[in-house]
Amino acid sequence: MLKIRRIPLSALIGIAITVLFVLAAIFAPWISPYSDTSVVGDVWEPMSAAHWLGTDNLGRDLLTRLLYGARITLFIAALATALSFTLGASLGLTAAVIGGWFDEVLSRFVDLIMSIPTLIFALVVLSVLPVNTVTLIIVMGVLDSTRVYRISRAVAVDINVMDFVEAAKLRGEGRIWVIFREILPNALSPLVAELGLRFIFAILFLSALSFLGLGVQPPMSDWGGMVKENKDGIVFGIPAALLPAAAIAILSISVNLVADWVLNRTTDLKGGRGNA
Amino acid sequence: MASGLLRLVAQRIVLGIILLVAVSVLIFVGTQILPGDVAQSILGQSATPQAVANLRAQLGLDQPAYIRYFQWLGGLLQGNLGNALSNGQPIGPEIAMRLKNTLFLAFWAAAVSIPLSILLGLIAVRHKNGFIDKLISASTLATISLPEFFIGYLLIYFIAVKLQWFTSVSTVYPDMPFLQRMNAIALPAATLTLVVLAQMMRMTRAAILNVMQSAYVETAELKGLTQFEIIWKHAFPNAIAPIINVIMLNLAYLVVGVVVIEVIFVYPGMGQYLVDHVAKRDVPVVQDCGLIFAAVYIALNMLADIFSILSNPRLRHPK
Repeated sequence: MLKIRRIPLSALIGIAITVLFVLAAIFAPWISPYSDTSVVGDVWEPMSAAHWLGTDNLGRDLLTRLLYGARITLFIAALATALSFTLGASLGLTAAVIGGWFDEVLSRFVDLIMSIPTLIFALVVLSVLPVNTVTLIIVMGVLDSTRVYRISRAVAVDINVMDFVEAAKLRGEGRIWVIFREILPNALSPLVAELGLRFIFAILFLSALSFLGLGVQPPMSDWGGMVKENKDGIVFGIPAALLPAAAIAILSISVNLVADWVLNRTTDLKGGRGNA
Repeated sequence: MASGLLRLVAQRIVLGIILLVAVSVLIFVGTQILPGDVAQSILGQSATPQAVANLRAQLGLDQPAYIRYFQWLGGLLQGNLGNALSNGQPIGPEIAMRLKNTLFLAFWAAAVSIPLSILLGLIAVRHKNGFIDKLISASTLATISLPEFFIGYLLIYFIAVKLQWFTSVSTVYPDMPFLQRMNAIALPAATLTLVVLAQMMRMTRAAILNVMQSAYVETAELKGLTQFEIIWKHAFPNAIAPIINVIMLNLAYLVVGVVVIEVIFVYPGMGQYLVDHVAKRDVPVVQDCGLIFAAVYIALNMLADIFSILSNPRLRHPK
């Protein structure tokens, strides 16, 4: 069905790098050369045999910090994406099936939230909420679910009027059945393509918040937090802050390559223009 | 005809104002969502009951929320933005100064990126599937994937530190000579430009290509017009509406992207002000800044709507 040879090179590269990052995140405690919180050298040591990527602003091993940072970044981004999808898709599909005032109220509310830039609204909310990982995941997930809501509602509205859905309704199936057994499977492919994009957004958003000092708090650090910790070295010509920033960039480009391919594939399946 | 147009534009403006009021409610509610006592959470667990009571009185928490909301909104309408919690200073003058700085930065970033993106978009259409075209699609992928601070620190590292062309910290102060000010904002403006450029180019290209596939362009081709004349006289005027839309949306994005970029370059603008006071849990400042950012964002989106109505007669007769 799905042959490796038929996957375009760019998507293959994307998949390979993404898998590499995920493996690095999972096995961080075993593959990293030092402990992530212990000071093992001078401040901002250059790259050497002992410290492949040098040390950070407190003398901790930068490679180790990067591996643990991957862990935190991917963990929070994945949970936030999962939350935004569960929330956005279930509300979006329900709104499309029920329609009426429920749909109207929910859609206008989503419009309202989306008329405030996400980062600004997150900052407003974070100014009163306690700063911890759970808050962070909830804020990111809920704010991002508005976009998932829009796309899943749009897809479901189209499917909802198709004959097989009509047949299921006439058969006397309940709303839950219609949503999960009739509409969801058919809405899945555009949603999967969107999943990649939302995941990238979650990574970039988390990094921005942590960079602003409002995301993951020390001594834990995600990549955005590592950029913040090491940014003062830049003016002295020490590129330590560029490494975590580059890691974010490489990961999000790879996921993007994969998402692009999935998007093209789903439009192919639908008889769209696809790769043309 | 003209009055119909005016009515449509007026409608958009009224809609924008209603939206803004709704957004102000949302922002206000957003700072009240914490279950329990805001004063307690701001001060932390170790605060004395006296300190908490004082802060409660200062925040007006002894009054119901809707009264506080109308006091806040009423104050805003009279130009009174309230006082900051952290230092007791009035917020208004501070925001006025910083908003000016932010708009100055965003204006120059827009002044560079808009003409550049249109020009490059036109070139990309002219050489479709050529080298520049490929470069554009590659760079679009890169810019939507790169965090703003990566671009910013790359520029600082190579241009400010290695080449020493500009300073890495964009200090500006009132009464600064224009040229020095321009020098100070060169790098942040360049970062902002890079952040939005690819997206704008791609949209320009898509808008023009869309027009290029229409029948009247084929006619122009058959008449024997040169490629340049076709693009300039036939394709571009018809593509203006979508392009303006893209520009406005990107300007709206600029205003938001400015938050992170101001922090990178330690630029004394609204974004830096907002971020500092979120960390200090200074709720009045955060509410005011949040609302102003949202207002600019909504206004730009509204302008995008209005411009597209003005430039495209087909939108003047909604079904």
